[in-house]
Amino acid sequence: MTPLLRAEQVSKSFGGVQALNGAGIEVAEGSIAGLIGPNGSGKTTLFNVITGYERVDAGEVYLAGQRITNAPPHKVFALGIGRTFQLTRIFPRLTVLENMLVAAQHQRPGERAGSGRPWRARNPLARAGGPAARRRAMELLEFTGIARHAGALADTLSYGQRKLLELAYVLVADPQLVLLDEPAGGVNPSLINHLAGRIRELNAAGRTFLIVEHNMEFVMELCDRVTVLDYGTVVASGPPQQVRDDPRVLDAYLGVDVHGEGASGDGAGR
Amino acid sequence: MTLARLRYGGLAVLVAAAIAFPLAVTNQEAATLGFDAMIFVAAAAAWNMFSGYSGYISLGHAVFFGSGAYAAGIAARDWQVTGAAIFALLPLSAAVAALIAVPFGLVALRVRRHTFVVVTIAIFFIFQLVASNIAVTNGTSGLNAPFLLWSPVTFDDRFYYVALALAVLAVALSWLIRGSRFGLQLRAIRDDEDRAAGLGVRAMPVKLAALVISGAVTGLAGAVWFFFIGQVYPQSAYDPIFDLTVALMAFLGGLGSVAGPVLGALVLEPAQQYLTQQLNNAYLSEILLGVIFLLVILVLPRGVIPTAGERLTAWRAMRMAPAPAGGAAPSLPAPPATAGEDRPAGPAHAREQSR
Repeated sequence: MTPLLRAEQVSKSFGGVQALNGAGIEVAEGSIAGLIGPNGSGKTTLFNVITGYERVDAGEVYLAGQRITNAPPHKVFALGIGRTFQLTRIFPRLTVLENMLVAAQHQRPGERAGSGRPWRARNPLARAGGPAARRRAMELLEFTGIARHAGALADTLSYGQRKLLELAYVLVADPQLVLLDEPAGGVNPSLINHLAGRIRELNAAGRTFLIVEHNMEFVMELCDRVTVLDYGTVVASGPPQQVRDDPRVLDAYLGVDVHGEGASGDGAGR
Repeated sequence: MTLARLRYGGLAVLVAAAIAFPLAVTNQEAATLGFDAMIFVAAAAAWNMFSGYSGYISLGHAVFFGSGAYAAGIAARDWQVTGAAIFALLPLSAAVAALIAVPFGLVALRVRRHTFVVVTIAIFFIFQLVASNIAVTNGTSGLNAPFLLWSPVTFDDRFYYVALALAVLAVALSWLIRGSRFGLQLRAIRDDEDRAAGLGVRAMPVKLAALVISGAVTGLAGAVWFFFIGQVYPQSAYDPIFDLTVALMAFLGGLGSVAGPVLGALVLEPAQQYLTQQLNNAYLSEILLGVIFLLVILVLPRGVIPTAGERLTAWRAMRMAPAPAGGAAPSLPAPPATAGEDRPAGPAHAREQSR
């Protein structure tokens, strides 16, 4: 069976920094995959390459067998990959509901296009968000637990609420695959539990995830498979237990390195 | 509900006042001022449709204003259009301005924010220079508008109503756009263009479409203004003060709101004319314009109406938010989610007023 997402031999350099060096990853449909590695190992760059925010120097990216290498972000989204950002990015001067509706405008063809009125989906001057889109948006806000803020400006949300909003609006258009960049970064433990619960629930309903995360507990509990990046190269890949005990992974994190290079961390690569 | 009633009531009063204006005020200067104010309401609303919603500040909209005027002037001259038939040239002015907006946008919209502003200024000067130096625009000698056989008694009033119609059209269009999917995409681009792209917004076509619509309406305003004034020169059609004025009007009233540019134009245009008259010195009033611009940017960067609107939104959210149990809301900035799967109705609103 073809994996839902496959990236092959992806290389990307920024000036003199080789952020990705022949890295590859496979995400099976219906799984929760993890992507870990020290700071500057190229995790976010790989996300950016997959979602079209960076162009590859070499390598290919496939979604369900279809080549999507270097497709622009809006196209990648339309094809079914939604993502969040490490530093949470929302639309601060739109209301929470409006934030949701930005993504709602791009349901994939054939899907609930304005309750049986296809012209509506094409008319750019139609009011933003038909009843169906609004209902769906509110459902997701309920699901993530910030529905009571629907009418507030997104600017007024707390950091944790922004994380939830970002997760919610990525889900609006029903992406096949959701990429989460450090969902648990900088949020309190109870919210981490809340997030993990939501992800598990969505996964049980069939949604596929690829998660970059530094919180090992979070990754090990949630993920079916973990890929480890170091200096832009995959050093290990497999079930969490196996990866955790892999000596190469310990090297990557702790910098136990006979060549004396040390894990000085090339932060510029991110 | 009271808010909606207030809004529609205010709108009705405003429109009624605008329609009654020439009947109530009969002196010549006031009529001219009324016309100018309406032209600027239209121009500022048009500018706001693009710059206000998308956040791309254009200081080159005089390109569309001047080109609309010249398009009508050249067509009237070459096709010998006279009399009231010249108003049939308005669609042509809009089309020419819209056409110019395409390459304008394709060049300028490659860059973001501050660089974009600089590029629009550069394009503006190119147009001014070209208009001064080519034959079809008659160079620095300018063009005359065809003579309208309207009696001097009704001339001003008629033009006032034409400008008012244009202003109403521009404001209605900007209202329509703001609430639309298109408008939401523009405002998402304003807030975070890359994030919007990641949610399926095709930023370039959206921005370009907004610029084209905005340019077309500005071109209409230019043509009507030209018919009223009677002549056009490169310096008056492609006027840097126009660029600054429409931007300032939108900034003062509120960038990105529908009512903001209207308010800005209705306050600033009379103020500017009054100052010019009182000081008897156009330069001094232009300097004052610059000073006002600085003050607005420093003191009220988001404008009167959005600032008030955000207060209102926050206040309404606060009123809707309180937890069902007990009226007094907890003052601690609470975590949004408590542990467990289903949260009880916990602390309701976390830091509504953090800014």
